[in-house]
Amino acid sequence: MNLNIPPIAIYALRRLFQAIPVIILIMIGTFLLLKLAPGDTVDALVGDMGGADAAFIARLRAEYGLDQPIWVQLWRYMAKLATFDLGQSFVYEQPVTTVLLDRLGTTLLLMATSLSLAFSIGIVLGAFAARRAYSLTDNLISTLGLIFYATPSFFLSLMMMLLFSVKLGWLPVGGIKTIAGFYTGWDHVVDVARHLVMPTAALSLIYLSFYLRLMRSSVIQVADQDFVRTARAKGAGETRLMVHHIMRNALLPAVTLFGLQFSALLGGSVVVETIFTLPGLGQLAYQSVIQRDMNTLMGIIFLCSIIVILVNFLTDLLYARLDSRIELT
Amino acid sequence: MNTQTAPILEIKDLKISLPKGADRPFALQGLNLTVRPGEIVCMVGESGSGKSLSAGAIMRLLPEPHVSVADGSITFEGEDILSKTENEMRALRGNRISMIFQEPMTALNPQKTVGWQMDEVLKLHLNASRKERYERAIEMLGQVHIPDPESAYNAYPHQISGGQRQRVMIAMALSLSPKLVIADEPTTALDVTTQLQILKLIRELQQKDGAGVLFITHDFGVVAEIADHVIVLRKGEVVEQGSADQVLNTPNHPYTQALIASVPDLQPPAPKPLTSLPVVLKGTGLKKTFTARGGLLSGKRKAVAAVKDLSFQLHQGETLGVVGESGSGKTTVSRLVTRLLDADSGAVEVDDTDLLACTPPELRAMRKHIQMVFQDPMASLNPRKRVVDIIAQGPIVHGEDPEKARARARDLLELVELSPAAANRFPHEFSGGQRQRIGIARALAMEPKVIVADEPVSALDVSVQAQVLKLLADLRDRMNLSLLFVTHDLRVAAQLCDRIIVMQRGEIVESGFTADVFAAPQHPYTKNLLSSIPGRSWTPPVRKIDAA
Repeated sequence: MNLNIPPIAIYALRRLFQAIPVIILIMIGTFLLLKLAPGDTVDALVGDMGGADAAFIARLRAEYGLDQPIWVQLWRYMAKLATFDLGQSFVYEQPVTTVLLDRLGTTLLLMATSLSLAFSIGIVLGAFAARRAYSLTDNLISTLGLIFYATPSFFLSLMMMLLFSVKLGWLPVGGIKTIAGFYTGWDHVVDVARHLVMPTAALSLIYLSFYLRLMRSSVIQVADQDFVRTARAKGAGETRLMVHHIMRNALLPAVTLFGLQFSALLGGSVVVETIFTLPGLGQLAYQSVIQRDMNTLMGIIFLCSIIVILVNFLTDLLYARLDSRIELT
Repeated sequence: MNTQTAPILEIKDLKISLPKGADRPFALQGLNLTVRPGEIVCMVGESGSGKSLSAGAIMRLLPEPHVSVADGSITFEGEDILSKTENEMRALRGNRISMIFQEPMTALNPQKTVGWQMDEVLKLHLNASRKERYERAIEMLGQVHIPDPESAYNAYPHQISGGQRQRVMIAMALSLSPKLVIADEPTTALDVTTQLQILKLIRELQQKDGAGVLFITHDFGVVAEIADHVIVLRKGEVVEQGSADQVLNTPNHPYTQALIASVPDLQPPAPKPLTSLPVVLKGTGLKKTFTARGGLLSGKRKAVAAVKDLSFQLHQGETLGVVGESGSGKTTVSRLVTRLLDADSGAVEVDDTDLLACTPPELRAMRKHIQMVFQDPMASLNPRKRVVDIIAQGPIVHGEDPEKARARARDLLELVELSPAAANRFPHEFSGGQRQRIGIARALAMEPKVIVADEPVSALDVSVQAQVLKLLADLRDRMNLSLLFVTHDLRVAAQLCDRIIVMQRGEIVESGFTADVFAAPQHPYTKNLLSSIPGRSWTPPVRKIDAA
């Protein structure tokens, strides 16, 4: 059976097949977990309206299909999901897909900037600290990393708001753009960027400290290895050692962490988006929990699982590219 | 040798200081040494003698400032090395002085191709075009006898064998025809046949270029094979130096004598009339294939037949050696026999009970009849337990009264020649040889019929190795034990084993009384193995086992 498919395509296909049961399990698990929580959408809606009579509540339940046993509800949901139909949002009265896609951009933008900033700055600082291990520079960087690591992002967010928005007035307090601004072109980009400065900082600093610490220990460890000594014995200078021999090998654990942290970052964005009132997935998730908007919540989880699986797949590809010893099979 | 020519390297009164808190203030105390063109100087010593640090000092690659040169001079081709700037040193390293390291596995960057790494030296020191550098690299790979240099040039280090990696190391070190080559245990991690080829190669290339070689080793066999001049180090001090012939055959210093006496010689013991005694361990038709894993949703790997149809018998009080190179399946045999790995088919009979057919509870009961001594004495003892508990744990698990088991553990420590005070200490407080004694006591605590020892002495220095081997032989005779002894070292096998099995790629190629096999090997592979033993033509002159 030699179909001349490139091995990478076979690999991708197999990973896709492996992802399906994972997603199904996540969806079933989340569904049951959400059903375990007391109260449903109708309770929340009726609560918002300030009460309604029993017959209306019963009709509303029947309309949403909430009067059925849980297994039937689950089966119906999963059957719809199989056709990529995420259903209607109870609260927004729009298809969940529309609601999600509306919010996805903001979250992805926030996450991508935070993670790439955290990754690049963390790695550079970590490598720098490692090359001057136990010196003043190293101590300064490491202490700074420890402070970032120990500060909760909500606290950092509030303090930054207090300083930069309230006291100094340099940056907007929240939102993704100035609502009354109607900026276009570069002005729009600058406006959005200004709004993202604080959320990005709040979200990335803790991850930056992860990379910093990991990279520092990784570089120190690799610098001690035999092949670095070999390179020195060949007459290579310090820059050459760092670029060609140490960094390439020290980066590998950081790349692994990159894939793992992506999912943790999704969780972190809930807090940050809520504090800075950014219209992203995290904020949507928070509101959906409060309002018991089952379909939207399930949709968010579905989307996030796909994103996480995709990112992990890409990380594996990157890892295989970086580490010649690994072959994709 | 020719004393008229100017020396390449001259070291005078070299002192290297160690950081505070080390076991001694100086790693090296007053080293004097001269390497002349075309000469191979061997620096011999046990671990911790300071031999690798002296190489570091010549290259100016000591881990400063913790370890640094305190006194003395190093002169290379008339120039003072110690006063050179870092830039001047960089121009020397890899160019006129080069180094071959011990571990071919870790000494090459795993992320760069062989070609890239060969090219790096040339790029750093030569002003040549890419094409010229490529041609030089290919030429060097050819000179170190790597088959198909073009393909090796593009391979990553993990894609070629250990022996080939060491050849690449050598090609790299010699590609600029250095005046001085420092080889730090270059063959220690290799199989004997590969070792001999590498030693020959170093000699051949060195004679062609007339370079001086400083060869660091702990193995007197290797010294006998290659050295012109020998320096014996002990704890940073030179105890003896002289021509190879003089040091090897008429050593003066008692330490050298003791070291040489610990080298197992190649005279196997006379065969004992054992075949009449009962068979305690019998393996029949053992097979183990590491299967192709995977299926629909994961990748496939190739199946490897580690052991193919192996049968043997071990009599009471006998030592059976399993000898072979890496990949021959000898370690798999030791795991199959103890059922740490499940065989695909075959039977292992201990006292007529098939171990492989036992149910789990039966197996647990059978375990005490067959015990193992492992290779790495550090990794095989639980670092969080006291020695007495490590030894007593087996009997306690098998239902012995804990107090009695501990008392017996203390007796066993005495039996393996450790002080009873050792009982309450932790494994890391002991040296390698002492740890291996604890490992032996642990195995003996179960009062086994058979002990399976997997390379029990290969991590130890020669003098310690000799003591442990003597202890094993002693215990075997006193307690009427049977030993299945797995080793790659033919000298060790010759010293201890009554009969041996020679394995190649999972199959027995030859078996018989050790004396017979050593005297008249039948199979070409055995012949090759025996003729590859370093220093086989040299017989150590003194025989005293009261080593340091």
